[in-house]
Parts: sequence; structure tokens; C-alpha cells
Amino acid sequence: METNIIVSGFGGQGTLFAGQVLAYAAMDAGKHVTWIPSYGPEMRGGTARCTVTISDESIGSPLTRNPAIVLAMNLPSLDMYEPLMMEGGLIIANSSLINREMEREDVRGYYIPAAEMAEAIGNPRLSNMVMVGALLEAEAVLPLEVVKNALGEHLPKRHHKTLPFNFKAMDDGAAFVRAAK
Amino acid sequence: MTKELMKGNDAFAEAAVRAGVEGFFGYPITPASEFLEYMAKRMPELGRAFLQAESEIGAIHMVYGAACAGVRSLTATSGPGLSLMSEALSYIAGTEVPAVVVNVMRGGPGLGNIAPSQSDYNQMVKGGGHGDYFPIVLAPATVQEAIDHITLAFDLADKYRSLVFIAVDGNLGQMMEPAELPPMRVLPEEPPSWSVYGAKDREPNILTSIYIDPPDEEVTNIRLLRRWMEVEKNEIRYKEYELEDAEIAVISFGVAGRICSSALRTAREEGVKVGMIRPITLAPFPTEAIRELSKRVRRILVVEMNTGQMLNDVKQAVGGRVPIEFYGRIGGITPLPDEILEEIHRVNQNTEDIADGQEKVEWLERLEARIERGDQ
Repeated sequence: METNIIVSGFGGQGTLFAGQVLAYAAMDAGKHVTWIPSYGPEMRGGTARCTVTISDESIGSPLTRNPAIVLAMNLPSLDMYEPLMMEGGLIIANSSLINREMEREDVRGYYIPAAEMAEAIGNPRLSNMVMVGALLEAEAVLPLEVVKNALGEHLPKRHHKTLPFNFKAMDDGAAFVRAAK
Repeated sequence: MTKELMKGNDAFAEAAVRAGVEGFFGYPITPASEFLEYMAKRMPELGRAFLQAESEIGAIHMVYGAACAGVRSLTATSGPGLSLMSEALSYIAGTEVPAVVVNVMRGGPGLGNIAPSQSDYNQMVKGGGHGDYFPIVLAPATVQEAIDHITLAFDLADKYRSLVFIAVDGNLGQMMEPAELPPMRVLPEEPPSWSVYGAKDREPNILTSIYIDPPDEEVTNIRLLRRWMEVEKNEIRYKEYELEDAEIAVISFGVAGRICSSALRTAREEGVKVGMIRPITLAPFPTEAIRELSKRVRRILVVEMNTGQMLNDVKQAVGGRVPIEFYGRIGGITPLPDEILEEIHRVNQNTEDIADGQEKVEWLERLEARIERGDQ
């Protein structure tokens, strides 16, 4: 079983970090994992995306054309990946920045107002963790607890005071999807 | 030891530290910069030398100097930087001192771009600098393999007093993958007997690449070649994938090779008898293994992220025994598993002979059609 997850958005939205949290959690859960950014000369406001591959076997390609899961943090990401999604794939769309419905009927989708939900917790930068929480509820990629532990384990100590807010963001994202199911 | 999730460049740098590097000299260049950044922090912690030089030319000459003084030293760069280093690389080879250069390849020629590529194959494998010399070139495909190759590179460099390249691409430098680092190696107490570290109470050692008298240079060249023949005898490394019953063989190195391994897995599930050889040493090249393979398979597909640089070495090994096809993505584009899979199926069904050179003409037609479709 191998799953490709793409996290895509603007630079500054925490897309690369969201992918890293999943990668750490996958490693801690004993899975094979790769994390690869689409790196370029971009800065804040430019495109930022990464591919996380989680597998029970050793991983060949860290890249894929047709992802199973996409966390679309903004509209250009949805526009880019919706046509490429694997049949039966899953899109978690940040509806705070995406003003259209998905067109494909063979792809599952959840619309999460991640930015508003993050603001409500008190920090707009938590929208990435809202999206991660939503993903984990929508698809059993990894247990939420494992991801929370990974965040605690691997987040630099100086950021540990933000942990409760990160956990809340994940919980809220998961609860939103649970209610929408 | 437990596995850590590390970014390729950071992991390579820490592996170099643990392999006993006492001098790092470099100049920043994407996609290799994290290597230098990591060393800037790490080397002073250990009281070892780190220096960001004024240019790549400065950096590689510092590596040269440190190597002459008998300490393990290295630099990390990308194509444009490696081009600037070419003169000193030849001097290092001519002086017969060990040195390691990590090349995190990016799209070229010229300033090109910073996306991953394998287009410096010829530059490293065929020498790059002037004169007759023979660097060892290692091509890891995973972060773990690259970590292991750093230690191996230093051991080979010392054993053969040779220049060793580690050829990775931007993908491997930038990606994160769980890997285990080796233990910290104890630094040697004495410098190597040939090095220049002060000649109190003994005859001075002289390290040079100048042999003004041609007969002296001829003898030097013979020594270099004989040493290279030893390397060829002892150090060829490659990895085989599902070759037992293979009718089709893929030959691919580095990250392109691991991407092919994904396509291979799917093709096997779909009933294609396909296997792969992934050269780990690009130099010395696994010529004999590929020659033997060509006696057992129907057809060979070479996949690279360049216009077919290793292809020439494969052709030489195969000697026209079976048709060879080529597929590459170029200019900083990484091929994806689905396009390799398509190629494997196509090659599996193709029974026609291919005239030498025709494989590239046909590949370009397929590539241009793909670009036309907007299928990146």
C-alpha cells in the first residue's frame, strides 16, 4: 500500500511544514516515507508544494503524476491538481481561499474554511494544521494521535508553547470533516 | 542507531562530518546550498575548518591544499560551480591527492535553472578538466545510500589517492527520507606518510602536478592509469532488480533509477518481464555486467535525466548485441513513473531493429509529442 499526498498552496501557508509533520508521523509509525518539495526560486507568496509518499514497502519514486490525496490550500492548487487526481482520490480544499466547487465526480472532496477556523483559534498560520486534521479524519492515512505525537517530538523546543493551538487546529479540522461526513 | 528524517543535503553533510572531514570549503549554489549552511554551523562546533570561499575556484583550491596537508576535505556544489572548479580538479588528480566533491546536479547548460538534472554525467565521468585522469564517480539513489557513499567516497579517495565525485541531483539534495547516520569516526593521529605537514627530521615530501620533463609525466600517467585499472578491478558497484527472468532490461542511475524501480514494480504486476541494472559507480562503469546482461535480454531501455550521456557507455558495453532504446527528460524536468511505465510497455512490444543513433531521433519525437500534449 503506497499513498501519495500533495500539500500545495502559497509560500507562507505552512504547506511544506504540514507535509513534514505527516512525514515524521509516518516514520514514527514505522512506515517508509519520502518528503520532497517542489523547490524553486520562489519566496513568500509564490507557489509552495510538497509530495509526501507513505508506503509499507521501500519507496521508488518520491514523485507522482496522479496523487491520491491533495491538500489544496489555495485556488491555483485546486486548478492544478483536480484534473490530475487519481480516480477515487481525495481533495481537502481550503474554502477560505477557494471559491469554486470541484468538477470531478470521481474524486471525493471536503471544503474546509481553514483560514477562518485558524483565526478563531487565534492564529491564521494554523490553517495548515486544520487541513492536516481534516485529512486524517477523511482518510485513515495515519492516526491523529501519532501525528500529534510527531509534532510534539519534532517541533523545535522554542515553539512548544504553540503545541496546544496546533492540536486544537487539528482537532477542529477533524471535527469539521466528521460533521460533514 | 535509530533512523532520522533528514533533508538530503543536511544528511550528506553530517555523514561527511562523521567520516572524519576536517576541512569544508565551499561557495553557495542552489540546490546544494544547505550542505554548506549545515557545515557552517557544524564544523566550528567540532573545532574543524569551515570556510565560505570567495568563489568556487577559491573553495576547490582550499580543498586541494587541505588534501595535500593530509586531512580529509571536501566541497559541495552544483554544475556551474563544478565548471569553475575544473582546473583545480585536474591539478588534484595530477597531484594524486584524495578529495571528495559532491555535485548536486541542476538543469543546464549555462546558468540553466535550479531544478534537478543528471546532465553533468560526462563532466564528471569523462573528467571535465584537462589531461588524462580518472575520477571515481558514485551515484546514490536514496538519502541512505548517499550517506553510505560519503564514507565510501573518502575511503576510496584515500585508498587510491583519487578524486571521488558523488553525483546526486537536486531531488536527492532537497528531499527528506528516514536514514541512519554512521557513528562518528575517530580522527587519525598521524597524517598520511606522503602528505606535507612539516618535515622536521626527515626529507620533505613534494606534492606537485608539474612534470616539466615529458618522460617524468609519461611515467606519472602510466601510474595513474595502472591505479585506475586497479579501481576498475575492485570497485565496480551496481544494483540489480528482478533480472532473473527478465526479457527487457532498464538501465538507469540515481534518482531516475529509483523512479524506474516504481515503474518496474507496476510493469511486473502487469505481466512484463522487465528488470533493471542501476549503476552505482558511474566510473568505473559496470561494463561487464551490462555486457553479460545483453546476452540474456531482448531489448534494453536506458533512462536518464539528460540527452543520453550514459547511453554511450551502455552502447559500448552492449556492442550492438541487442537493440537499445532511450528515454530522457531534460532541462530540469524529472520523469514520472507513469511515463517510464509507458516506455517499458512500448519497448516490450517493439521488435524492430534500431540503427545506431535512431533511438535518439525516435525518443525526441516521442518527447516532443508529449510536450505538445502539455503532458509535463
